[in-house]
Amino acid sequence: MNRTKLLVLQVGVGLAALVLWHVLTTSPILGNPKQIQFFFSTPVDVLARVVKEFSTTEIWRHLWITLLETILAFLTGATGGILFGFLFARRELLAAVFDPYIKAANALPRVVLAPIFALWFGLGIWSKVALGFTLVFFIVFFNVYQGVREVSPVVLANARMLGMNERQLLRHVYWPAALTWMFSSLHTSVGFALVGAVVGEYLGSSAGLGYKIQQAESVFDVTGVFAGMLILAVFVIVIDAIVTVIENRLLVWRPGPATSVQA
Amino acid sequence: MTTPLPAPAVCLTELAIAFALKGGGRYTAVEGIDLAVAPGEFVAIVGPTGCGKSTLLNATAGLVRPVAGRVEIFGRELSGLNIRAGYLFQQDALMPWKTALENVAVALEPKGVAAAKARAQAEQWLRRVGLAAFTERYPHMLSGGQKKRVALAQMLIRDPEILLMDEPFGPLDAQTRQLMGNLLLELWAADRKAVMFVTHDLEEAIALADRVVVMSAGPAARIIGDFRVELPRPRDIAEVRLEPAFHHIHKEIWSQLRVEVQKAYAQGEAG
Repeated sequence: MNRTKLLVLQVGVGLAALVLWHVLTTSPILGNPKQIQFFFSTPVDVLARVVKEFSTTEIWRHLWITLLETILAFLTGATGGILFGFLFARRELLAAVFDPYIKAANALPRVVLAPIFALWFGLGIWSKVALGFTLVFFIVFFNVYQGVREVSPVVLANARMLGMNERQLLRHVYWPAALTWMFSSLHTSVGFALVGAVVGEYLGSSAGLGYKIQQAESVFDVTGVFAGMLILAVFVIVIDAIVTVIENRLLVWRPGPATSVQA
Repeated sequence: MTTPLPAPAVCLTELAIAFALKGGGRYTAVEGIDLAVAPGEFVAIVGPTGCGKSTLLNATAGLVRPVAGRVEIFGRELSGLNIRAGYLFQQDALMPWKTALENVAVALEPKGVAAAKARAQAEQWLRRVGLAAFTERYPHMLSGGQKKRVALAQMLIRDPEILLMDEPFGPLDAQTRQLMGNLLLELWAADRKAVMFVTHDLEEAIALADRVVVMSAGPAARIIGDFRVELPRPRDIAEVRLEPAFHHIHKEIWSQLRVEVQKAYAQGEAG
């Protein structure tokens, strides 16, 4: 299938959904449109609200807060995950002793931590960063742990035969291997950083996209909720695209369908 | 013991290597191995699949500890890794996250060579193995033969005194194998190092080596034959096969090797 055809079909699906939404909420097929619009709003209203939101500078502040929380949650979580992933992968005993605790901590649904974090870190950005941290940390931790443990034994033996000491092995073999695994989970971990930020905002804050949505919900402003969701969705897509660009830059050595050359 | 002879590059005495099996018990890979490789000598080791040829190399490299016997390198008992040896692996052993040039240059880092100097030398070596145009390629962008050339340069740039090669050209196609064989002989002839070259291809062994050592089928494989190859050097891998002397020695070794290959095959069928 060629690109244009795919694009036309993709846009078609979106348009069809919008048209269906519009028809069902503005015509009396399912009952009184006024009543239905209270629950489902209409696509035109939602778009108009989004445009109105962006006509003020207010929305940019919320976007910035959410972005900042996401970045901080990702950076702290990834740093912690890399450090502990490395440490546990190189120290068998440590990994064995802490194994049940790490599993237990990871099994905990993070939402229940949000009120505690709000208590500990206040209603500002740090309680959201903490929530995002708990999500990102484990993803990166498990990936780095596995990445270091599953370094190809041949590559490792070869590097040792080249005379590398522990520090050189770390720099030339373990570290790049661990980074590969971390980057392979980059989309997931950045996504979870954002989830942490938005959920945290939703549960208690005074700024951010989650706060906007929660505000609209509390006054049954369905149009506002949908507008917030739409902005959030676009925001996520933009961040994901940026991550893809970074990933392609950093993992240039990795075999991919576009770069593979068979001589 | 007052032998004035120079110490052999590699001397294996009464060597035995065993592995613990998962379900308990022990698998003896090789046993009672006596083998000496003189400095500058090219020794090929042939034997049926799974006879422990690679295990022998790994013990010489210090990657595997023997359960009995001694490994001596230039007269000194080996402890830890054999840093005087270079190892060419059968599988891909290049660091996939480094370019060809970086892979070769990094081999000089443990020797304390400055980065700029290491890169310059690595470029020279890549030119010598015919990869001058591919220095910035990552391993996945190279063909199997090209990767082997990079690995060869990576091993040789350190100037090791002993070369250990574990079926290095095994995964390559026939033409590439010949090219690589000739390249290896050419590089080796420049400053003859002691070589232990493991292969299951008898023709390759005879074409390359000064001596062909035959191992029995495992478990507890032993050395059962040791043949001198009196073919003149320099040799061309493709042409040397056409000489009558080549056929003669091939016949002689094969008559012994065939029995072991059949034994190994029968074991494979039974197991």
